[in-house]
Amino acid sequence: MAEMDTSGGGGHKKGPGVKKGKKMSTRVDLTPMVDLGFLLITFFIFTTTMSQPTAMKLNLPDDSATPEEQNKAKESGAFTILLGKDNNVFYYEGMLAPDGANFKSSNFKDIRNELIRKKQNTDTADLVVVIKPTDQSNYKNVIDILDEMSINVIKRYALVDISPVEDQLVRLSQGEAASPPAAAPPAGGN
Amino acid sequence: MARPKIPRKSTSVDMTAMCDVAFLLLSFFILTTKFKPSEAVTVETPNSVASKIAPEKDVVMVTLNKDGKVFLSTGDNSSDKLKKKEIIESVNASRNLGLSENDINALVRAPFIGVPLEQLNQQARLQTDQMNDKTLPGIPCKDTTNNQMVDWMRAVSDVYQGTKVNLLLKGDNLAKYPSFKNVLTAFKKNKLFKFQMVTNPESVPQGSDLWKKNISGKGAEE
Repeated sequence: MAEMDTSGGGGHKKGPGVKKGKKMSTRVDLTPMVDLGFLLITFFIFTTTMSQPTAMKLNLPDDSATPEEQNKAKESGAFTILLGKDNNVFYYEGMLAPDGANFKSSNFKDIRNELIRKKQNTDTADLVVVIKPTDQSNYKNVIDILDEMSINVIKRYALVDISPVEDQLVRLSQGEAASPPAAAPPAGGN
Repeated sequence: MARPKIPRKSTSVDMTAMCDVAFLLLSFFILTTKFKPSEAVTVETPNSVASKIAPEKDVVMVTLNKDGKVFLSTGDNSSDKLKKKEIIESVNASRNLGLSENDINALVRAPFIGVPLEQLNQQARLQTDQMNDKTLPGIPCKDTTNNQMVDWMRAVSDVYQGTKVNLLLKGDNLAKYPSFKNVLTAFKKNKLFKFQMVTNPESVPQGSDLWKKNISGKGAEE
């Protein structure tokens, strides 16, 4: 392929006085070129961004609707998730018991099982997951929990502000549990 | 016993074929590669199972960095830039900022807006490489009394009235929830109830309901 036919046109004989040109090989060593090629390939492979960012849809509720219109969640179908600091997750089913008896602690791995269990035990029409992030939770936690909703195909969920009682309870349980030695560095908060 | 003579073969291999392959791959990667736009605001987005590719047209993007600073930007194509100009003009008019034509054009060229309304004319004089999330204070939306995101979002909803706007929110993993909530409040106040959050793709955990749904074929979330 890389050679060329250099033997002049057929059997044409040169005269006795004509000097015969030295036949040079036209074969080129392609190894450096291949090297260069692969070097560039590696470069482009590393710089290319194959994964396009995806977008996750979120529809917000209209706050101007009156509370009577909004809260139609059945108590039996309600499942409230509270997001604390350091990726702590708390949850309770139905209404929060006055003494906080049904207030349970969990984490991002186990919450999926709880959601699956709740989903199986509840009528689909009644199931509402209420997500209440505290001020100490971060954006990732919120996205992760919203992601759990789509992973578990939960159609009805709401992002709601936390109530003071619940906030207090979360703070208390985080203080008592003496959260694991601050694994996550304190994010530059305000 | 006489050894059979092994004819000595040349060790040089014909590189032509390999060269062809190398350059074929090279041209493929050169053509498919899309350089990451140099981002002045560094944001590490969370992962999600959402499979929809983030839109690139008619985009209004709100960026939330890990310190809770908020930046506003639009898409890069010319129609989005026009809209950006309209947005800035609208804010300029509604808040009597007194920005000159030059200032507005400079702001349109800037990759994002990240200063309080009162300092817009200062940002207009900055060079593009001087704008990043460390030098600029971000659009204030910390408290309800001075939530300037509301003004911006009002301008956005006015400019895009009747047409579809892809409102994107790009937040950092470590951004605190209150700053996210403040942005949401600004959206809600202007009746922008639909928005999308930019995330990195992630595979759906096996055995989950969504996984089953995707397998069964009717998948494809809305």
